[in-house]
Amino acid sequence: MKYNYYPGCSLERNAHSYHDSAMAVGTKLGIEFVEVEDWNCCGATEYMSIDKISAFTLSGRNLALAYEQKENGDLVAPCSLCLLNLQKSDHHMQESQELANNVNTSLAEGGLSYKPGSVQSKHLLDVFAKDIDENEIVEKVEKFLYGLKIAPYYGCLSSRPGFDGRENFDFPLRLDNLISLLGADVVDFPLKTHCCGGHMTQISEPTALELIRRLLKNAVDNHADMIVTICPMCQLNLDAYQDSVNKYFKTDFNIPVLYFTQIMGVAFGFEPKEMGIWQEFVNAKEVLAKILDEPPKVPKEKRASKTALPMAKV
Amino acid sequence: MNKKRIGVYVCHCGTNIAGVVDVENVAKWALEELGEEGVVVSKDNKFMCSSVGQELIQTDIEEQGLNRVVVAACSPHLHEKTFRTASERAGLNPYLCEMASIREQVSWVHTDKAIATQKAKAMVAGAVRRVAQHEPLEPIHVPINEATLVVGGGIAGIQAALEIANAGHPVYLVEREPSIGGHMAQFDKTFPTLDCAACILTPRMSEVGMHPKIDLMTWSEVENVDGYVGNFNVRIRKKSRFINLADCNGCGICEQKCPVKIVDKNFEAGIGYRKAIYRPFDQAIPNYPVLDQPNCTYFIKGTCKACEKFCPTGAINFEKEDELVNVEVGNIILATGYDLYDTKKIPQYGFGRLPNVFSSLEFERMCNAAGPTSGEIVLRDGVTKPKSVGIVHCAGSRDLNHNNYCSSICCMQSLKFAHLVHERTGATIYNFYIDMRTPGKDYDEFYQRVLEEKTFFIRGKVSEISDAARNEEEEGKLVVQVEDTLLGEQRRIPLDMVILSAALVPKADSGDVAKQFGISCSSNGWFSEKHPKLDPISTMTEGIFIAGCATGPKDIPASVSQGSAAAARVISYIETGVLALEPIRATVSEENCSGCRICNDLCPYNAIVFHDETMVSEINHALCQGCGTCVAACPAGAISGTGFSNEQILAQVKGLLMLDFAEPELEKVP
Repeated sequence: MKYNYYPGCSLERNAHSYHDSAMAVGTKLGIEFVEVEDWNCCGATEYMSIDKISAFTLSGRNLALAYEQKENGDLVAPCSLCLLNLQKSDHHMQESQELANNVNTSLAEGGLSYKPGSVQSKHLLDVFAKDIDENEIVEKVEKFLYGLKIAPYYGCLSSRPGFDGRENFDFPLRLDNLISLLGADVVDFPLKTHCCGGHMTQISEPTALELIRRLLKNAVDNHADMIVTICPMCQLNLDAYQDSVNKYFKTDFNIPVLYFTQIMGVAFGFEPKEMGIWQEFVNAKEVLAKILDEPPKVPKEKRASKTALPMAKV
Repeated sequence: MNKKRIGVYVCHCGTNIAGVVDVENVAKWALEELGEEGVVVSKDNKFMCSSVGQELIQTDIEEQGLNRVVVAACSPHLHEKTFRTASERAGLNPYLCEMASIREQVSWVHTDKAIATQKAKAMVAGAVRRVAQHEPLEPIHVPINEATLVVGGGIAGIQAALEIANAGHPVYLVEREPSIGGHMAQFDKTFPTLDCAACILTPRMSEVGMHPKIDLMTWSEVENVDGYVGNFNVRIRKKSRFINLADCNGCGICEQKCPVKIVDKNFEAGIGYRKAIYRPFDQAIPNYPVLDQPNCTYFIKGTCKACEKFCPTGAINFEKEDELVNVEVGNIILATGYDLYDTKKIPQYGFGRLPNVFSSLEFERMCNAAGPTSGEIVLRDGVTKPKSVGIVHCAGSRDLNHNNYCSSICCMQSLKFAHLVHERTGATIYNFYIDMRTPGKDYDEFYQRVLEEKTFFIRGKVSEISDAARNEEEEGKLVVQVEDTLLGEQRRIPLDMVILSAALVPKADSGDVAKQFGISCSSNGWFSEKHPKLDPISTMTEGIFIAGCATGPKDIPASVSQGSAAAARVISYIETGVLALEPIRATVSEENCSGCRICNDLCPYNAIVFHDETMVSEINHALCQGCGTCVAACPAGAISGTGFSNEQILAQVKGLLMLDFAEPELEKVP
């Protein structure tokens, strides 16, 4: 299986462990990611509200470049924000001929052009959670992550507004399923699609810290050992700002935040170091040491009390 | 017949047709250009369906000696009968009258007047050429068996069965569950009068149970349906109750002694328990218990038989097998009801994850004095009374991600819940609604009453229900996140308990049932009516009627009305004794049939039988609906459709092609 790959700026810097683990896991599953030649920044969140045409042109250029090497297949972005910008640009260019013309006028300066709707883009998660058969994933597992309790965190940008008609965006389940395939326990995580604060850390830190606090608290309240993310922004905020949250709110959160490809790598038998683990701020060592050799025994479900009413379970 | 004398009548339909089609021009053209085809009279009229219009046809038949009539007007679905009857009154065989649909197929779908007029002329020409080929036909008469099958013993089915039985005709009432009563038997109160559901339902149930004309078959399912209107043959499987009914006196000792206790997902909606031998509720009709084989210790482990040991009349029979019964009926009423939408499919609402989120049916059982909490409104722990309760309307309704329709009963049901919570707990109540819909007698008055009880109403669709507290106040509560669209603000309401007013959805097997009885379903899965407004209880299959929620969500009064309406139609069929069917049928020519049997399996109405002795297929004219599938499929051309013969269809096509559309005479219509 082959894809065009648009890593985005984060994966070259703070999230290079995401990139490394994705490549390793991909190779193991026989997937080839071909990097888009000469790609540029997606413009992140800010640019869209400053200058729309320029912002759409940034993503339009990436789409145009991906189209030039279309023979490699669909365009995959590991970063939720990059993906959203690609899809948003493509969507609005399809909706508005005027915008498409403006963007193409700009692209023409660089000798490029893009016909809206001609490139299919998708999240890296969808490659592993949808395109690959479940059995293929399970076959590659060398060390099931038994006993590890994981909060699956999708973040807001990968969920809404759902330009590609993805699954239930209010309460997605594809990451949950993928984690279960690796043998880990998925904990209930009601805030799985809530915002991590994004760049709010740079604009109004208290606001961002409150958003981060809610997520950490919700994961801990639901007894998660670890949060698993699919977005560099989410990982950065939840991991790097955990200490600030603790100082600001006088809490004592200490929950590691890893990329889903990193735990896939661990399950596939790679050394944690190869997966860029140990580079996170909140060290995952203790938590990964918890992995059991056997699946934990599920205690027989007892009635909460003599008076309790029975309940339908998901 | 001697020379064709055809009359053409073009209808204005007010401005419906005349607004787009130059009606006078069409009428004039028909007389001038279609004279060779036999047109001797051509007129236009403002409303052909009016008595003046009909008289026009009658007079011309009588005075001008017309022997064919073409009416260019609306769809034949609407007025074919009107004009055929008018022709018949003047002594013409009704099947010598043909309609050209220049409203639905021309004026309503075109804006260009010149082209529309041109097309209307083509339609008229087609109809004229076709009608010239028509032969007089006589309707087919079938006798009607006096007995009726009613499927489904909820309130709609009960009502239908009682109406027919009270008129003195035999009824077989088949119910899948151990008792009749349906969903209504699960409820505590009914809106807007707050009558106790059991108090008004159980007298009807026992009337059914004791009625000499009703043969009640519960714990039974229809396995096979053969035949046609007036003469259906139905095979019913009476599932084994493992009880000798003749010996059982309904004392209930077996139920008391049974050691197995399991969650009752049907009648108690999953919040109560029942035994492995049980009656769903005390007033069950019939009063015999059912042994739940998959959960019975004796059937699992081979020992126990506690029920048998304690039964005072020796009625338990572990060997008892299912029984198959064949019945012959003239008509069938399907009142198979609905299912509640599984709110687990709306994961952001937390049902199945958050203990104190309840579904509407769970809450109905909780309110019911005979339910698992004896009518106490409590949290999932079974003891704590809630101090604040939220009721979420449209849970799964009016939502493109779930069901796009309005479930119609939820607003009133939610108001009823609000009232019951207020009355029994004094809790603070929030109703989260998108739009309040209370159209019904005394319904809005009930809404006013609940408003006066100081229930809060928040207009907005709930986005999320979670236990993820943000602050002290939310700790340990269910938090409902909602955009208050009247206030224009996001709100978070911490509550003890949330009730989801779940959507009503078609029964899980409604598609299979529809197929079994040869009727169709809407895209949502509800049974389709013959006409949604003017014939809501009939189906396109003669002799099969529908009533209650099987045709779409509705409240109790509407279900009861439909039960009665379906019964009235059935009674009128029975009273007539003989039904006249349209003679539009397919016929196999024995000499030409090669016996290939291709048509046999294609017939959607199972109307074709194959005779092994003569090696030819034959079509049962009472079953055949004249769809024409077999006519088209027959490789030997041995099947012809009455009223749709090759000559007739080809003549119509030739007529349609009379005008040259490549270069239309684009005279502008004023």
